[in-house]
Amino acid sequence: MDLLTNHLLTLILFTPVVGAVVLLFLPAKNIRVLRWAALAASLVPFGLALGLWARFDPSAEGFQFVEMMPWYPAIQSSYHLGVDGISLMMVLLTVVLTPLAVLASFTVTERVKAYMFLFLLLETGMLGVFLSLDLLLFFVFWEVGLVPMYFLIAQWGGTRRNYAALKFILYTMGGSLGLLLATQMIGVVAGTFDLTELFQIWPALNSGTLLGLPMATVKAVAFWAFVIAFAIKVPVWPFHTWLPDAHTEAPTAGSMILAGVLLKLGAYGFLRLVLPLYPLESKLFAGWLAALGALAIIFGALGAFGQKDFKRLVAYSSINHMGFVVLGIAAAAAAVGSQDAVIALNGAVLQMVTHGLSAAGMFFLVGVIYERTHTRDLTEFGGLFAQMPVYGGVLLFTAMGSLGLPGLAGFVSEFLVVRGAWPVFTLATALSMIGLFFTGAYILKALKMVLHGPLNERWKGKLPEMSLREGIVIAPLMVLMLILGVWPAWALDVINRTVSMISLAMSLWF
Amino acid sequence: MNMDLLIWLIPLPPLLAFAAIVLFTNRSKALSHSLAIGAAGLSWLASMVVFFTAVGREELAKHPLGVDLKVNWLPLGDGAFKIGVQVDPLSAVILFFVAWTVLMIFVYSVGYHNFGQPAGDHDKPGLPPHGATVKVKGHGHQVPSVEPMYSRFFAMISLFAFGMFLLVVTDNLLTLYMAWEIMGLCSYLLIGFWYAKPSARDAAVKAFLTTRVGDMFMLLGMAALYKMTGTLNYQEILANPTVLEMLASQAAPVLGLSWAGLIGILIFMGTVGKSAQFPLHVWLPDAMEGPTPVSAMIHAATMVSAGVYLSIRFFPLISAGWDGGGALTPAMMTLAVVGAVTALFAATIAVAQNDIKRVLAYSTISQLGYMIAALGVGAYVAAAFHLVTHAFFKALLFLGSGSVIHGMEHGVLHTHQHIDPQDMQHMGGLRKKMPVTFWTFLAGGLALSGFPLVTAGFWSKDEILSGAFNGGHVWVFVILALAALLTAFYTARQITLTFLGQARSEAAEHASESRAVMTAPLVVLAFFAITAGWVGIPKAFPGLGGLVPNWFEEFVGEMLLVHGEAAHHSLVPLITSLVVALGGLALGWWVYRDVRAGQKDPLQKPLGPVYTLLQNKYYFDELYGATVVRFSRWVSEVFTDRWLDRGVIDGILHGIAAAGLWLGGVLRNGFDLPVINRFLGDTVVAGGTRKLGAETSKIQTGRLQQYMLMGLAVVLAASAIIYFFFVMA
Repeated sequence: MDLLTNHLLTLILFTPVVGAVVLLFLPAKNIRVLRWAALAASLVPFGLALGLWARFDPSAEGFQFVEMMPWYPAIQSSYHLGVDGISLMMVLLTVVLTPLAVLASFTVTERVKAYMFLFLLLETGMLGVFLSLDLLLFFVFWEVGLVPMYFLIAQWGGTRRNYAALKFILYTMGGSLGLLLATQMIGVVAGTFDLTELFQIWPALNSGTLLGLPMATVKAVAFWAFVIAFAIKVPVWPFHTWLPDAHTEAPTAGSMILAGVLLKLGAYGFLRLVLPLYPLESKLFAGWLAALGALAIIFGALGAFGQKDFKRLVAYSSINHMGFVVLGIAAAAAAVGSQDAVIALNGAVLQMVTHGLSAAGMFFLVGVIYERTHTRDLTEFGGLFAQMPVYGGVLLFTAMGSLGLPGLAGFVSEFLVVRGAWPVFTLATALSMIGLFFTGAYILKALKMVLHGPLNERWKGKLPEMSLREGIVIAPLMVLMLILGVWPAWALDVINRTVSMISLAMSLWF
Repeated sequence: MNMDLLIWLIPLPPLLAFAAIVLFTNRSKALSHSLAIGAAGLSWLASMVVFFTAVGREELAKHPLGVDLKVNWLPLGDGAFKIGVQVDPLSAVILFFVAWTVLMIFVYSVGYHNFGQPAGDHDKPGLPPHGATVKVKGHGHQVPSVEPMYSRFFAMISLFAFGMFLLVVTDNLLTLYMAWEIMGLCSYLLIGFWYAKPSARDAAVKAFLTTRVGDMFMLLGMAALYKMTGTLNYQEILANPTVLEMLASQAAPVLGLSWAGLIGILIFMGTVGKSAQFPLHVWLPDAMEGPTPVSAMIHAATMVSAGVYLSIRFFPLISAGWDGGGALTPAMMTLAVVGAVTALFAATIAVAQNDIKRVLAYSTISQLGYMIAALGVGAYVAAAFHLVTHAFFKALLFLGSGSVIHGMEHGVLHTHQHIDPQDMQHMGGLRKKMPVTFWTFLAGGLALSGFPLVTAGFWSKDEILSGAFNGGHVWVFVILALAALLTAFYTARQITLTFLGQARSEAAEHASESRAVMTAPLVVLAFFAITAGWVGIPKAFPGLGGLVPNWFEEFVGEMLLVHGEAAHHSLVPLITSLVVALGGLALGWWVYRDVRAGQKDPLQKPLGPVYTLLQNKYYFDELYGATVVRFSRWVSEVFTDRWLDRGVIDGILHGIAAAGLWLGGVLRNGFDLPVINRFLGDTVVAGGTRKLGAETSKIQTGRLQQYMLMGLAVVLAASAIIYFFFVMA
């Protein structure tokens, strides 16, 4: 039992890999066994994470369940894990979405073993980023998550999968180069990769040189390298165009994870690394970030409204929604230490969770209809509500969650961001209302073209209702959206304490 | 029972009914409507208990009911955002009419959707029922058929009712906004109830998006208010002179407004959307694409009333800095202008409409404009009063029009005549066919026109007119009086065309009265449409004033921190209101008393192009379609998607990729191939080696003696080198 408690994070982190390795020894022909084994493997970290959540103490300061072991002693990098409120929420999101994505992948019939193997590997990569308290470890997991997604898109994707996969990996790798550079610069200058130590020393460090460069330059380079790497991942406008392609071509479950968790890695990078390590620079450049966030909200929504491809529309909605995360982070950086900053950060983190749920749900539902019709062209649907009433109701519900309807999850987080950002970036917040308006427009456009109107006779009697398995995939997401919308306090309480501490710690540098 | 808890519980039954119908009982029509009506009944009961408790309380405005039970909804920083409920005089009277109208509409819906009738021959989910054939004595004849999505309807209106009850009992702007948006969703779902009809589908989207424009401003107003005051609770802001004064005295960064002015206007924008005020009025007339009970819900019980309620609720903020007389605050001025313009503008359109529901839709817009204008000139109590009376008579009129349409549809099914059962041109003479509908509709119509003394509408409208006149806002008074004249005129036109004279179609001749489940709610609502006005007879009213206490004024007026100047009752507004009501009614009857089948509207000729303009609603739909809608599509499809994302951004990315490919190509063709492969590879490394091999192979002659000789030479040379470099040194 001690082993379990002392190494809970390690267990959560590596059980997916263990599961993946086990898969390798199962017969490739027996698809059923492979599927169920993968599902079981993804449920283990889910169960463990529930235990983690139960034992997590929201009122404690700093990181909990910390594990530390030497890893590369020569360069002062260690295997250092820990969770606070933000990472706990992200871990929970990951372990909830992965089994659902695996279950959604039960329709995959080609090379199931490799597919499930990659999926489990992906889970470890994502969890590693959220759990790492060592910069180098963070980077390693960051890259680990990248590779499986590339193969998932390139091997199991749609017709333009090669273009999309290449764009995805090159773009993210481009960001990663900077991330690697910045990580090394920080490691060499500060003499450690340990984040808890870096939080204490890095913001104050302003003497010394690296390869003849003054400290200010080194810090500026490292700051911008971080910002760009994370901005690409979020993605912040105008670094977003890889996303519609990657999303559209990825297999359904890939899109679920991509939108649900992978995008959060970027935002998490801002929260975990940029804000605490660069409070001064963050404040200085927050205005730019807020502007880009507002542009992401506006052009993400407009881009979504302009689509005819259902999946592309949902993909653009991610840009729109993640814009609120960015706006919240920018407001928190600018108004550091104030109540506005705390509210904005609460909104940003909650938005990461709520968007993870609604976007995963929407992508899944696009997949459900795609598997039946083999088209994503909105103009080819129409009147499907009468054919698939349950699907119609579920789609309506999930779409409303995505729209930010009060009573469902998205509203609370968006309201908090707007409230937090309004006094800090009044103009950007006001302009982002244009985007919020078009959020309504594109959601209703999708519903109108899929569900409403006269039935396209082509589908008459050909579309079976949602299956039980499909229902099981979407139901937890719907329940969570509803619970978070009606009673957000249980999640917000955890988030609030952590972001209050982060905001307080940041304000100490001023 | 604990009053706080009871208020919390008011909205709950319809929500549970919604969930239960959707999840469990949707296959059983009877079970579904029983659940919905039972839930509405429970909420009605709780509302009545709360209402009468509230009426009996002293100083209710200062100490509203329900404020002791609050919960921490959002933990933020060191504190938390609390939500709770409260019933003060304003919410009490709103609760009263909401509970009644909702219950009546629910009951009526059972009949409207033909419960108990057979399933239609060709009915499909998503389309209105077309009728069923039943065999009576060997030959088939057509009867109305039951709505295929009957249960779904009751689920949705239950959610709608939940939204409205929540909105009324909540104690803060954030939960109000939530209920507000939930109602937005319900209106979307119900206007688009017959979703397979493209017109209904488009109307639903239009309603949701048009109101959303207002909601976005409101959201900003809410953020600003929360920032400025640190709370969104009504009592802490609106009943707190210190906070109001602070908001009124601090300058906002926009247009030289105070924060109170800016926030007031932003919040009022929410009302403009929700209550269909000019220029966001376009969605409401289309909203009648939904089933008629939905129109009654939207036009009376819920949606649009919620909008006006919001403005009344935030009147202390809107009027912050106003001393009860003299110059209006900028926010009040905005309300006065928007309200007055809307009142007249919509009334003119209503004159030229032929669809029975469309006339009512424009009359709603116009009457809402009345209330807003009243608020704008500071006639707080009058606005609230008109909201209440209007809810009763407008619910009545919509349900009545539904009953008429039902009767007409019956005639259409019977005669197989292909006419639009909603077009008043095909009606006439329904008085005798549908007596209950006629008499109740007459009561509603007279109330709408402000028929003196006996109808509720007269008292509330008179209050507004005298408020505008006595406050010295003559322009508002004149505009509203004109609108009142038009209102009486088009109401008389509607009643005359529908019920009086001779039937102008076969279908109208064979129309039949609706079932009791539909007419009974009409009777109940007609009762209120007559009597609801008698609780607010002003003391200064000649003759009648003071005979019964002006209860409404005393009860709701208590809400005000700043009272308007004591009304020195002038006879001008009273006489005006009598003249416009009676004159308009008489004129309308006189012009339309003798319209024949196929005859054009008598006004069409004298008004000429103006009539066409009115009939086409000033071409607002066309205008918005050509500008806003087209621009949105262009900016999203062409500008954002094609130009910005695919053109510029992807262009740059592809440019970088192409540059990378080009550089790679150059390196390969210009360096790798010539330098590495050919020069270094072919020439130096490979060529050199080959050459060396070719040269050295010459010494490999195969003769042993020569090898020995070479070996000896190498040994000697090596020995010499070793000797010289190592031994000697």
